[in-house]
Parts: sequence; structure tokens; C-alpha cells
Amino acid sequence: MANLTQFNLRDKGAELWAGWPRPVRTIFVIAVIVIIGLTPFAASWGPTSFLNTPITSFQNVLVYPVAMFVMMALGLNIVVGKSGLLDLGYVAFFAIGAYSQGILSTLYGWNTWEVMPFGIGFAMIAGVILGLPALRLRGDYLAIITLGFGEIVRIVAINLHVTGGPNGIPGIPNPPSVFGLHFDLMHPQTFFWLVFAMILLVIWMVRRFTVRRPGRAWEAIRQDEDVAALMGVNTLVYKLWSFVIGAAVGGAAGVLYASKVMVISPDMFKFDVSILILACVVFGGIGNIWGVVLGASILAYLPERIRFISNARQLVFGIVLILMMNLRPNGLLPRKKREKITEKRAI
Amino acid sequence: MNFTVITSQFWSLVLQGLALGLIYALVSLGYTMVYGVLRLINFANSEVFMIGTFATLYLEIHVLGYATNAESLHGFKLAWTLFVVFIGAMIACALLAILVELVAYRRLRARGANRLASLISAIGVSIALLEGMRILTISRPMTTPRLLDKWSFGEFHGANFRIDTMLAIVIPIIIFFALDRFVTKSRLGKSIRAVSMSEENSKLMGININRVITLTFCIGGLTTGAAAFIYTTVYENTVFNVGFNMGIAAFTAAVLGGIGNLRGAFYGGIALGMLEQFASAMLGSQWKAVTVFTVLVVVLLFKPNGLFGEAVQQTRT
Repeated sequence: MANLTQFNLRDKGAELWAGWPRPVRTIFVIAVIVIIGLTPFAASWGPTSFLNTPITSFQNVLVYPVAMFVMMALGLNIVVGKSGLLDLGYVAFFAIGAYSQGILSTLYGWNTWEVMPFGIGFAMIAGVILGLPALRLRGDYLAIITLGFGEIVRIVAINLHVTGGPNGIPGIPNPPSVFGLHFDLMHPQTFFWLVFAMILLVIWMVRRFTVRRPGRAWEAIRQDEDVAALMGVNTLVYKLWSFVIGAAVGGAAGVLYASKVMVISPDMFKFDVSILILACVVFGGIGNIWGVVLGASILAYLPERIRFISNARQLVFGIVLILMMNLRPNGLLPRKKREKITEKRAI
Repeated sequence: MNFTVITSQFWSLVLQGLALGLIYALVSLGYTMVYGVLRLINFANSEVFMIGTFATLYLEIHVLGYATNAESLHGFKLAWTLFVVFIGAMIACALLAILVELVAYRRLRARGANRLASLISAIGVSIALLEGMRILTISRPMTTPRLLDKWSFGEFHGANFRIDTMLAIVIPIIIFFALDRFVTKSRLGKSIRAVSMSEENSKLMGININRVITLTFCIGGLTTGAAAFIYTTVYENTVFNVGFNMGIAAFTAAVLGGIGNLRGAFYGGIALGMLEQFASAMLGSQWKAVTVFTVLVVVLLFKPNGLFGEAVQQTRT
């Protein structure tokens, strides 16, 4: 038990990575990308066919929930993991992205690529509107305000005419083809590659942010907000930035989601989605990108894989959450401890 | 916008708001007590409430043997039956709350884990309870027997003083009064306050922290159970996801009044109940939640610690 809880795969991985020369790293990254790019075919290939999901087709499961959840968990990780703000209404941004796609494509005939910047923009504006008042408050108050915001977006969607009320918006078009890749019901794997590319983009963005000024500011805010403010960090601005960037990722995921499923309704954007994404982040390891990716993949995939116990799958899911948190409270791959680095340097 | 209802139904809305708000206040104690001591959101409390409604139903139908269409009781038998069910629901919820603490919080706390970790394990408990009950009841709403005949004391400008509304107002006030006395005067209550001020120092003063925390969860469970009993008696039905909206409302009430603060929970609950009643009368019930959260944001902007302040130790002297 002690072994299981203290073993830190993340540090092991970082150690290995640091020891490799540049070409080895490049080859490794390309290999990983290719392997992940091939996962849509894993279900039909003998040795990995155990991955196949009953009921829903494996390729569709890979797009939603798995890839979408990874993307949203990465977005939420910027808010919860990097700057330590508890956001319980992340689904609101996902919903705003999805409804942007739904409304702009059905009413004005825009395609997904044209809607994308607007969907992201609307989510970011919503992030500012919510963030400006909410981020002045401390931790747990932020939780309830964001929770309320998530509910408000859903209730507004139920009650407005333009969002189709409780029935939602049907007939949202798929994205048009690019480079001979078709995005439709027959080709879920292209959707997977698309979301995968977006995930890589998000990971790249987050990594760049982390090593630069915003990343340091977020780290300082997370550890102690008062001290950060004393040291000259404009806490509200940086908190707002992390909030808005997280919102942008959620909005992008929403646009893709709406054009994948072709019909959206307020039921899809309930509170449980926010909770599930938060669970992905915490389960994998708050603040650590690879942990979040792993956690989201497992938590999104698991309920689909165990659909054969269909009725009890959510029950099992709840029990898994309790057990995991008790066994590894810092998540599967915990974040690197800053103290460790300074210790090594001192020696 | 319908402003005339304010004048025409004013007293009725006030009465209903008071009754609803005091149920919220009781449930919000489950959040606020735990928050005051642990600084953690007791996420599973909404499902403790849900289990409480089902405990009430189970006691009435399976233990006491009343059919769903049973005739209502009168006199001593009525009082005795309701009392037994009331106590039973409270005990069931208290036991469950203690169990939640053991399963979701204790081990994590002992290891000094991240506060989000406890939040997720509490969410896990919450999902497990919710889904367990969904499977048991096959997602069907259930009705309880109408043991209490809904007679009225009389009317006052359209406000109907029905017996169940009155119970929903009187019971919480008694509980709050007793709890306030308990926390301010008794030895155990003082130890709760001490732990909420400083865990380290109370440990040095010889207070058994684990016992205090269990007690806090137990009190939260007891009041949530009382709320569940009142809710079931008034609305006479329950369903597996009844806890969700109640949980959000109660948590909002706790924050509105100042989380961690006993009296704050009381007034926050009443304020929220009134707000919901008036908002749904004026704007239509679909905009209720939107109004509530907008008001909450505005209140928190001007009073960042809630209406009655968060500092447990200051307000509970």
C-alpha cells in the first residue's frame, strides 16, 4: 500500500525525459502521436480488441466522451490546477460554444471553421462577464458562483426561443471536408484526429504559458494570493486570464461537440458534466497535464467500457472515485513538487 | 414582469417563503457546520437529505405499515407516529452523515491531502448514494401516505395557515434555538467553536478533534434529517434526485448568510426562500434560479463574507 501511494510515476518520467538527447525526444513524441492517432482502429485489431466498447461504437466513444473530456479537462486544469480557482460551472463555456455553433450554423449557415473563432470568443466574453465579479471573491464563494452560472446558462437555454427551448437545436451540419478528410457520421476517426490536434494545441499553449510570466503568476497566486499581490502580481488580471483561457478551451470543445453530434439540447449541459470534468482533473493529478490527460481518458472511457453492467455503472464510477481518492489523494500522476527542484539545486 | 402579485399575494408569498426557507436553512446547516470546522464543502449532504426523505417513506410504509392510501390519523396517534418518524429520519441521516465522514474525509484528512481530493471523494459518495437509490427505486417517484390531514388554522389576507406549513415553520425555529444554545453554552458546543477557530490550539487544549468533527457531521445529519421529514410531510412524495436542487439551494443559503455561521444559515435560508417565492411569482418559476444566483452575486460583491459574516468565532460568542 505504501509503495502504491508513494510511487511517483511523474517524477520517474521527468527523470527519463531529462536524460534523453533531443533526437530521441523527437522520435518518442512522434511515436506517441502516431500511436494515439491509430487508436480509432484499436478496436478492430486483434491484440487490443479488448478495448472495444459494448453498445456505443468505440470510435464514437473516443471522440465523445474521451477526447472531448481530455480537452475540457485540460482547459479546466488551467483554472483549477494552475491558478487554484475552484470552478464548478465549467460546462457553461462548453454549452456556450455548442450553442454558438448550433445557432450560427442553422440560422446563418456558417460552417464549423467560421463559427470556431466566434464560439471561442463568446466563451471568453462569458468568462470575463462571470470572472470580473466572481474572481474578486475567495475560494469557496467562487465555487458557488460558478456553479450558479452553469445552471443559469442551462436555464436560459431552456427558456429562450432562439435556443430551441428544452428541445434544443436539431440539424446542426457537420464540418465541411478539409484536405480530403470527411467529417460525418461514417468517419468518426477524422473527428478524433481533429480533436486530438486541438488537444495537442492546448497542451502546447499550456506548456508555453506555464514557463512564462502568466505561469509563474498563476503558481504564485495558487500558493498564496496575498503574498503574490504583495510581490506585485496583479492577481485579478492573471486570475481573469486563466479563467478566460480555460473558457476559450471549453468553448472550442463545445463548437466541435455540436458539429459532431448534430443535435444539442439543454440536457447535455447539466451540472454533472462540470463535476465529471473536475473529477477528471483531480483524479489524474491537479496541475499536471499528463495526469489530467490520463485521468480524463480513464474516467471518460470507463463508464462506456463497463456498459454491460449498464444499470450500475455510475454506482461503480462513484465507488472508483472514493477508492482512488483514498488511495492516491494527489491523483494518478501528481504535480511536480517545486520544493524537490530547489532541494536538488541546493545540493 | 408581474408586479401586482406582490400586493395581492404578499402574505401568502411571505408564509410560503418562510416555510420553504426554513427547510433550506435546516439543510444548509449540514454544509455550514462542516464548513465552519473543516473549511470543506460537504458535497454529499444533498444525498443525505435524499436518503432522509426515503427513510421517512420507509418508516411510514414498511416499519409502521401504513399503505400509500391510508387514512389520515388524528389526536395522540398522529402526534406519536409523526414523532417516531421524525426521530427515525433524523437518526438515519445522522448515521449516514457520520458514515460519509468516515468514508470520504477521515482518511484523507489524516494524510493532510489536498482539499479538492476530499471534495472529489465526497462527490464519489454522492454519486454512489444517488445511483444506488436510483437503482433501488427504478427511477420512480414515490408517494408517502397522507398521515397528516392538511387542515388549516385560518386565513390572513390570502395566506393559508395550513398545519403542515406551520410545522415547517415551527420545527426549524425550535431546532435552531436549541442548536444555538447548544453551540454557545454546552461544553461540546464550545469545543466545536474552538476547533473552528484553530485546530492546532484546540488539540493542545486537549480537545479530541476527530470526535468534534464526527459530532459536527452528526449535527448536520440530524438537521438535514429533520428537513427531509418536513419536506416529505409537506410534499408527500420523493424521488431519487430530490437532493440535487435542495443541495444547491441549501448551499446557496449557507453562502448567502455567511458560510460557517449558524445564524447566517438561518437568515440566509429565510432570505433565499422569500427570494425564490417572490421571484417565481413575479418573473415566472423558470427564472427562479437565475434571480437567486444574480442576487447572490450582487450580495457577495458588497458583502464578500455573506450577509452575516463568515467568522464563526466572532458571531457565535
